[in-house]
Amino acid sequence: MKAYDLKLLSNRQVSARYWHMVVDASAVEDNVQPGQFFNIRCGNTYSPLLRRPFSIYRINKNTLEFLYLVKGEGTKKLTELEKGETINLFGPLGVPFSLEKEDQTILLLARGVGIATLAALAQEANEMGIKTVAILSARTRDDLLATEALHSFGAEVYKVTEEEGTSDVENVRQILHRILDTHLINRLFTCGSKRLSVLLQGIGKERGIPGQIALEEHMGCGMGVCYACVCDIQRSGAKHSVKVCQDGPVFSLEEVVLA
Amino acid sequence: MNETTEVSLKVDLPGLPMKNPIMPASGCFAFGQEYADFYDLNQLGAIAIKAATREPRFGNPTPRVAETRAGMLNAIGLQNPGVDHIMAHELRWLERYETPILANIAGSTIEDYLYVAEKLSQDARVGALELNISCPNVKEGGIAFGTVPDVAASLTEKVKAVSEKPVYVKLSPNIADIVTMAKAVEQAGADGLSMINTLLGMRMDIKTMKPILANKMGGLSGPAIKPVAIRMIYQVSQAVSIPIIGMGGIQSVDDCLEFLMAGASAVAIGTANFVDPFICPKIIADLPQRLEALKLSTIEDLVGRSWKTCVTV
Repeated sequence: MKAYDLKLLSNRQVSARYWHMVVDASAVEDNVQPGQFFNIRCGNTYSPLLRRPFSIYRINKNTLEFLYLVKGEGTKKLTELEKGETINLFGPLGVPFSLEKEDQTILLLARGVGIATLAALAQEANEMGIKTVAILSARTRDDLLATEALHSFGAEVYKVTEEEGTSDVENVRQILHRILDTHLINRLFTCGSKRLSVLLQGIGKERGIPGQIALEEHMGCGMGVCYACVCDIQRSGAKHSVKVCQDGPVFSLEEVVLA
Repeated sequence: MNETTEVSLKVDLPGLPMKNPIMPASGCFAFGQEYADFYDLNQLGAIAIKAATREPRFGNPTPRVAETRAGMLNAIGLQNPGVDHIMAHELRWLERYETPILANIAGSTIEDYLYVAEKLSQDARVGALELNISCPNVKEGGIAFGTVPDVAASLTEKVKAVSEKPVYVKLSPNIADIVTMAKAVEQAGADGLSMINTLLGMRMDIKTMKPILANKMGGLSGPAIKPVAIRMIYQVSQAVSIPIIGMGGIQSVDDCLEFLMAGASAVAIGTANFVDPFICPKIIADLPQRLEALKLSTIEDLVGRSWKTCVTV
């Protein structure tokens, strides 16, 4: 990991609440992996002061893509940056997702902006010859931005939205069971919703399928120093406090305490 | 001085022979391992390590941070693996560096403080102790010790009695009269002061109409608090004769100069490490040039310049 001043190749609005940003990553020496994130300075002033963590949406040979939700001051400021300007990114940070060579089919359950990090995973799965089945959940159909990308990775995609009244946990549970009844899924992955994570954790346990979860948390430093973004994991009968930025953001779905 | 003289950044503080006046502040640097990936920690004047408590602490529920205008609120709750673990692991790891260590200690009871102080002060790697009597984020103790001068003085005296190393007392700004507090701990034997800790603050979540921080209140740090720190150091440095490690919102070399002019002998950099992990070595690299521009050859020349009446240049 390092701090990089990278050139913005594109930064544009792609739906009512989401933006898509592409940076020239030819200077990035590290191997960037799905599930990792960059801690990005959203401007050069003292407000907002802290960097913002963004998971990586697409990892390409010379570029990195980020899909971000405009939520507060930092992300609003980020939208003001234009093509050609430089942006300071610190990373790649955190523990990535892990796929096994023997995996044949994986299932992704993503909600909202959590879709971005799982899209990066679908890209890698596709490159490894692993099939992806994805359930994407969002407020509106407009927000289901990664659908096309996922299709291009050969994924089988199920979409649920609040707009259509299909995103309730009960309906997602039924879809999940239907998929698991008809596919041999080796591994489960989730990001973006606590309710859906709890659901997937339960189903994974029921059916004995291992899983991984990418957690989101407000961070201070993003590198394990400040202890702002902690959560608990349950391991060998004891609770341990871990740091989302450094020990995660990807954790074993079985171990993470979602209460 | 007309001829060009070599600029010296050296600062000699009790227990901390510093090659420059810059150290990362306690709680913003953990125990150094993470930053060692970015630069050689021997470049630093000193390192203030994260607070140690008698038992391991798991800290407060999340959210533990909330951003503010030009600042941030934190309510971490002194999460740390406990003094025994720190002495067995973190301090041993730090043996690969020569940089003097200022070991921050915290507690809920006087017995806790004394236990940690006695143990840590016996560690060869520790240069001095920083007595944290001002953490706003733990329920018992901490801030209580930091707001009543008699209580603070009594604790300082007891810690001094068990400590084999110099003791710096980290003062809270959440108090009506910082000068009285500073004088009380000086009288009790403190070898130096660290100031200021964070200012107690809050933020509300507009949607839930409740405090953002799970702990409700938290400590404000960052550029927003710099003028308060400067003012308090200006007042205290004129009233005491022990050195001050100044901190509170430093983001640049000129911010450091302001602290020195106000009366600090060295400075600590906290929140800025999160924004720019390279901030400490950057400021150290900027210092000689800035001193030269001001026609100064030592850090000492600048300490308290704002109020010292008789200075020879």
